[in-house]
Order: sequence, then structure tokens, then C-alpha cells
Amino acid sequence: MTTEGQSQARPVVEIAGVSKVFDGRAQRATRVEALVGIDLSIAAGEFVSLIGPSGCGKSTLLRLIGDLTPPTSGTITVNGKPAERARRDRDYGMVFQAPILFDWRTVQGNVELPLEISGASKAQRQQRAMEHLRLVELSDFAGHYPWQLSGGMQQRVAIARALAVDPALLLMDEPFGALDEMTRERMNLELLKIWERTETTIVFVTHSIAEAVFLSTRVVVMSPRPGRISSIIDIDLPRERNVETRELEQYFHLVTAVREALRGDERSGGSPDEDGDDIAARRVAAEGLSG
Amino acid sequence: MGRSASARRRLRPLVGFLTVFVVLLIAWEAVKFIGGDTWHIENVLGTGATFDHDPPLKFAFATDIKLPHIWAIAGEFGNQDAVGDTTVTRLLRAALFTLRNAAIGFALGSTIGMLLAILLVHVRFLERAILPLVVASQTIPIIAIAPLIVIGLKADWFGVAIVSTYLTFFPVTIAALRGLRAFDPRAMELMRSYAASKWAILGKLRLPASRPYLFTGFRIAAPAAVVGSIVGELPSLIQDGLARQIITGMQYYSLNAEYLWATIVVSSLLGIGVYLLVAGVENWVLRHERRPEAAAA
Repeated sequence: MTTEGQSQARPVVEIAGVSKVFDGRAQRATRVEALVGIDLSIAAGEFVSLIGPSGCGKSTLLRLIGDLTPPTSGTITVNGKPAERARRDRDYGMVFQAPILFDWRTVQGNVELPLEISGASKAQRQQRAMEHLRLVELSDFAGHYPWQLSGGMQQRVAIARALAVDPALLLMDEPFGALDEMTRERMNLELLKIWERTETTIVFVTHSIAEAVFLSTRVVVMSPRPGRISSIIDIDLPRERNVETRELEQYFHLVTAVREALRGDERSGGSPDEDGDDIAARRVAAEGLSG
Repeated sequence: MGRSASARRRLRPLVGFLTVFVVLLIAWEAVKFIGGDTWHIENVLGTGATFDHDPPLKFAFATDIKLPHIWAIAGEFGNQDAVGDTTVTRLLRAALFTLRNAAIGFALGSTIGMLLAILLVHVRFLERAILPLVVASQTIPIIAIAPLIVIGLKADWFGVAIVSTYLTFFPVTIAALRGLRAFDPRAMELMRSYAASKWAILGKLRLPASRPYLFTGFRIAAPAAVVGSIVGELPSLIQDGLARQIITGMQYYSLNAEYLWATIVVSSLLGIGVYLLVAGVENWVLRHERRPEAAAA
């Protein structure tokens, strides 16, 4: 790892005055202010979690960083370039809640997909794919087809695929949300190992307070209607984390701090029951397709 | 143990088909037994016995001319003509000729259908402009179109193949149009995150995802290609294909009804054969994938 002081100097993600409004095309009434006045800077090597109730725009924020949807106003810089340029330069890898593996490709073929698209040679693709499958401990399954793997294994393939191009930034949208608690905790440990070995910057969207505190160097707490950042909590746990980390007193304090930050938002009008975030994200998906 | 169980499972549809087939043959003869012409069979199954039966009823459609006995149709295959050819060799030779033109038509039609679908998927306004014409093209009876095509292109095998193409491209276009849009929308997001070009999206997502749909189109198109080939041979007066044999069968129907039935048997076997061939290729190509429900049809 580079030293903390150096990495702080170069932000990988720089978000300034960003807002995102979803306009219902037919009626004004469906206009949703998904995000307002977002400012956030993420340094190289950081692990930043975005947490908040449904409707707070955390997924939308991640999609803005990845240029999967454009902001209504403000600027987003990734690796020192506009977000769109960074996407075209393939500066980031993305992991979604579903693994989205291609049925007709083997595990290795799936990991090679982004390498094929970026024009890597065959030898290079094979070597990189195998290297990253080893990283997620799936090299024995290179020749399997996705349906032969469990949900957790499929998600690990998706992570290997995102890392295969050696991105400076890894964007993860509730990647373990669909997994059971046991698998999720194991995946958390594995993700930390990967983060350590690859030295990537990770932006991680989650619903889980425990997960956010356990994984992150910083937790960004968001609140809904309109979606905004309500507080940022530094997670000053030791960098090396393991099963015992979850039993540290400091860990409990931080979990409590995040929980209170979230509860503060609820009092100020956020309702965790509404799925505005998901609706917004789906609308963006539809927009992206027609565009 | 497990292997023989899976083999048995694979044989089950075949057993079902054979059962239905035998039931149909029995029903056929049962109708003749009740309402056909007088039965007179010498040397029943090689026993030397003679069987005579006078059906109690008279159905107009069940006479020996309109509905020959199954064994009479089967026997027709062994009859020799003046040159010494048996009916079966003559019909198989004709079927092979028809199959060749159908195969060329199928290949051309599938290619055109896929290219058209790829174009229409990418250029939205063209879809609205061209698709109605594509649909309209299929409402014109092929009998009316075939002479125009065949005579316009000189009456040879190529014109015949083009008639076959005309019947083939439509189901492939429709299936491909749907298939090229059948990808998981989240996969499209993934491709966007890779900054994938339109070509990469086509080659790595749209086309592979469309395959189950495409094969459904191919399964409809393959027998249609055989029909197109036969219909195309009619106005061209080509002597080598099944159409000539069907016309012969029609001309001599009142003298030798079994001949027309024999050509019908061979034509339909050809259609079933190409269908099974496509289905076999489909199973091989998609062998690694769990088949989506849509493809199971």
C-alpha cells in the first residue's frame, strides 16, 4: 500500500455540486430530486461506503460516478478526467447486485469479456483472467458455466471480471445484497483481501451498517428526499481487519455512530420504506437503453 | 443406472411419437374397414390365406382412389417404371434435388433475415418503415409470386432457391428482431460500463442472447424452405424435383392414386428431416446453456 499521506494527495473521484433530477416526461408530478448538492472527494486507496435508506440516491450517485447516467448539474471527475472520458478509458470496474454473467460463456470467458472489448491479445486475456480467478479463488472453475456455480461464486466471478482490466476504481452496487448472511460475511473478508492485494479504490453501496463499518475507511451517510449527504464518518479501525474486528469495542462505537446518523435522517423526514432509489435506478436503466 | 435412465428419458418423446403414428395408421384402416371399398387380400402376411371383407357403410372419401390402403402406398415405393427405376429411387432422387435448392434458399433467407433484423434493430425509424412491407410480402400467396420470380430469373434452380428464400427470410427476421432485443437490460449497462462499441454489443451480447429465438425461427423456416422449393419448381417446369413427381401423381391419380400418396410421404419426410436437423443443431449449439422458457416452444 502507498502511504496514507501520498494517497490523500490524489483524489480518484471528485464530485462537486452535483444534482440529479428525474423528470417524469408526462407529468410534472413525477419529478424526483434524486440528489442535490453533492460534494465528495475520494482519495486513491480509500474504501468508501455509501449507506442510507431506500430513496436516498446512493445507487444513483454510484451510477453518476460510472457515467451510466449524466448528472443534471455539477461536475464529476474520475482519475482527473470527466466521468465520461474515464468510462471510455475503462478506468473503473463495476459490480452490480446481480452477477450478470453471460450464460453462453465459461467462467473464464466471462472474466475475459472486458479484456476482449478493450482489445487485449488472446494470450494476455487468458493470463489476466486466470490471474484474477486465482485472486477470487475460483481457478478450478475456469471451465465451468455460470449456472453450475452458487450465487456467492457467481458474484466472485463478477468481481474478478471487474478487476480484470486493473481499474483504478472499483464501483460496487450492493454486490452482496442477494447473498445470505454467512456467505456475505465471508465475501466481506475476501473483498478486503482483494482490496489489499490490488490497491484499488473502492466505492461501495450497501444497506448494511455492519458491512459498511467493517469494510470501509469512510462511511458516507445519505438521507432521502431530496437525496443528499448528511454526514461522513471516518472509520479509524486498524487497516488489517479480520473476524475479531467485529468484536472490538471501537467497532461497536462506530456501528452506533452510523446508526445514529441514519436515525437522525429518519427524524428529519426520511422514510426507509419507500423504494424511490430503486425506482430511480430503474428509470435510469431505461433511459440508458433508449439513448 | 443414471445413464440408462437419462437415455430412457430421451427416448420417451420418440416412443410417444411412434405410438401416435401407429394409432393414426390404425384409424386410417379402421375407416376403410367400416366405410371403404371391398377388401380383397390374397396371401395374408405370407400365410397363403385370403381375406375378403365387405364394409357395411360407404364413405365417399374412403374409396381406394381417395384413401388407398396403407400397404398399397407402401407397395407403390417398390414399383418399377419402364426404365427400371423403382418409385422409391425416383422420389429420393427428386427429393435430393429439391433439398439442395431448399438448403440454398434457407441459407440465403436466413442470412437476409438476420441482416435485415440487425439493421432494423439499430435504425428504429426503418423498422416502422420496412416491417409492414416485410409482413405484406408474406400475405401474397406464394403461388402467385413464384412464377414472377422463377420466370424473371430464368427458369432454373436458382430461381427455385429464391422462391425458397422468399418463404424463409420472414420467420428468421421476426425471430431475430425479437431475439436481438432479448438480452438482460442489466447486461447492456455492463457493456456500457466497458464503453463497448455497437459492434461489440452486437457480437458479444445481442447475437449470443438471440440464439434461442433465432433457432425457433430456423425451425419454422427450414420446412418452409422445402415448401418454397417445391412451389418454385412448378412454374419453372423443372423435371428433376418433387414438384414434377407431384404433378405426375396428380395426372395419374385416377389410375394410380398410390403414386401421389407416395410423393406426399416423401415430401413430408423431407420437411420433418430438415426440421429435426435444425433442432439437432440447436441442441448442440445451446448444449451449455440452461434454455430460457421462451426457447422451449
